Amino acid sequence: MTALLEVSGVTVSFDGFRAINNLTFSIGMAELRAIIGPNGAGKSTFMDIVTGKTKPDAGSVTFGERSVSLLKLTESEIARAGIGRKFQRPTVFEDQTVTENLTLALRAARSPWAVLAWRAKAADQTRIAALAAQVGLADHLPRKAGELSHGQKQWLEIAMLLAQEPRLLLVDEPAAGMTLAERERTTDLLVEIARTRAVVVVEHDMEFVRRLNCRVTVLHEGAVLAEGSLDHVTKNQDVIDVYLGRG
Amino acid sequence: MRKTFLTRSPSVLIFLSLLALFTLTITLASQGYGAGLVSTSFVKTLGKTLCLCLAALAMDLVWGYAGILSLGHMAFFALGGYMIGMWLMYARTEEIVVASLANGDLPATAQEIGQGIVTQIFGVVGASDLPLIWGAAHSLPLQLALVVALPGLLALVFGWLAFRSRVTGVYLSILTQAMTLALALYLFQNDSGLRGNNGLSGLQNLPYVTASQDVVTLWFFWASAAALGLTYLMLAWIVAGKFGSVIRAIRDDEARVRFLGYSVESYKLFLFTLTAILSAIAGALYYPQAGIINPAELAPIASIYLAVWVAIGGRGRLYGAVIGAAFVSLLSSWFTGGRAPSIPLGFGTLNWVDWWQVLLGLSFVAVTLFAPKGIGGLFDRLAHVRAPDRKGAPLGPDDGSLQEREATE
Ligand SMILES: Nc1ncnc2c1ncn2[C@@H]1O[C@H](COP(=O)(O)OP(=O)(O)OP(=O)(O)O)[C@@H](O)[C@H]1O
Ligand SMILES: [Mg+2]
Repeated sequence: MTALLEVSGVTVSFDGFRAINNLTFSIGMAELRAIIGPNGAGKSTFMDIVTGKTKPDAGSVTFGERSVSLLKLTESEIARAGIGRKFQRPTVFEDQTVTENLTLALRAARSPWAVLAWRAKAADQTRIAALAAQVGLADHLPRKAGELSHGQKQWLEIAMLLAQEPRLLLVDEPAAGMTLAERERTTDLLVEIARTRAVVVVEHDMEFVRRLNCRVTVLHEGAVLAEGSLDHVTKNQDVIDVYLGRG
Repeated sequence: MRKTFLTRSPSVLIFLSLLALFTLTITLASQGYGAGLVSTSFVKTLGKTLCLCLAALAMDLVWGYAGILSLGHMAFFALGGYMIGMWLMYARTEEIVVASLANGDLPATAQEIGQGIVTQIFGVVGASDLPLIWGAAHSLPLQLALVVALPGLLALVFGWLAFRSRVTGVYLSILTQAMTLALALYLFQNDSGLRGNNGLSGLQNLPYVTASQDVVTLWFFWASAAALGLTYLMLAWIVAGKFGSVIRAIRDDEARVRFLGYSVESYKLFLFTLTAILSAIAGALYYPQAGIINPAELAPIASIYLAVWVAIGGRGRLYGAVIGAAFVSLLSSWFTGGRAPSIPLGFGTLNWVDWWQVLLGLSFVAVTLFAPKGIGGLFDRLAHVRAPDRKGAPLGPDDGSLQEREATE
């Protein structure tokens, strides 16, 4: 299987502190992967690197069949190449309606001129309605996103991610602030999405990871500590020492 | 479910009707075409105010909607004025020179006419050659193109440099002030080619036009009203669509917009340039009514005033910007025109010409603190739109989650 994303030998230092240390990681075209690790392990920084927010000091990051290097691209170019990201805190545009939020994310040309000329077609409206229904926000389309509950905002952000139709989704702690039922729905949705595209999920909650039922990568001090099935990594002595043992 | 643009933006129709009614009323009451109830100089003041409203609209788009606090847009305004002023002054001088040479025995050569124009215009700064930048001044179409092209190009280059290196917030504001100041200082020099601190004058006289000032004033008044109406319509259409949604998103969280695949820098550059051009057009309509332009018009304070008007009117809504600019600038010309009665206090007199600035400064502070939505916020009250009480924090993504209860109360 060819890899969709290849990260190799990446190192990032913040004022001398190595947040990512010679990290190597790859994920296939349609694969679900969970990343776990203690606080400060570098999980969010890893996502920053892939999405272009942080430029690494060394190493390479390539994407797609033609192995395009992401290091020279800007954040928006990377997003247009097909990488979508959900942040740790829900970041939706609170002053705009659910419809507007989804419209912003909807796959379409992104240049100022194209956006000026853009008009919602029937297909776009159907798509927005379908996305909202998929995450249980069908009744909330005209509401301002700022009025939604924390969990609903997480859902809206996931729907926005889907609207972009990315090939790779990076999802940072999607279940934070969700109820048990909402969590279950999230895992089902993520598993479903990963049938057709690559999904990387960062999560602290072990039950959540178990339900994802996928390969797990354990990060520690900016490097991969172990990789394999959840049962495999939880038996690993290093993992128990640095991560699981504490709890 | 689909609504047309005008039903989604009811303010557009209201605004355009009020503007049309206003224009008609003034015309009917004017000395040029009407009953002579309002003086020509007052029509001039109103026409100039319409131009300031147009500049405020541009400022609202770039600041109120996109969050780019530019403190340099009045520089573009003045540049637009200079560009049209060059043609007005050149053509008018040409007319006069040709007329005076016609009395001679021999027909005047083109060279004699050219020399006459240069002496007339540049005698005050001691130049004897036509400066290079006046190369197009003989042609109205070229100079009109420059009204748009020169400020547009300046904004494009400046914006490209600033936005590409991701300068934002206060630093961007300072940079735009620096640009304005640099431009003003340059124009103050005699060898800038634009007559230094003398500026350009006599702009109220249209060359080859024999109509009286009463009539010409109305032409400019109409042109200003038409430009304001058209711009309002265009901007309302822009902000009502997806483009408006993108720029408000940039204002609230530009990093997030990048991760959605939008090139935030391109949008900012687009807006900065567009609004610079709009300001320049406003300036090109303003200065023929003012009659004179000099580098003092580019003083950094002018651009700050523009921001104050928009803030007082209520940013992020187009009619707010118009109300703010009209209200404050008319009030300002009333106070500084010496028509406001001085108030005698026991220990001295309160002279409005001196104290108006202080009053304006205080009201700006008061609006910022107590009525962040400005005068436009009053319309929300009337329409019973109430913002949720978030203890003063704006509705933005940085502020965590807003409770459902809070918003629907
Ligand atoms: N911009 C930055 N400047 C300085 N240090 C940073 C920066 N970003 C991250 N770090 C540091 O890098 C380390 C890794 O941070 P990161 O946010 O990637 O951790 P994480 O694995 O996502 O943790 P958590 O589980 O708490 O979200 C932390 O020690 C953090 O303090
Ligand atoms: Mg994190």
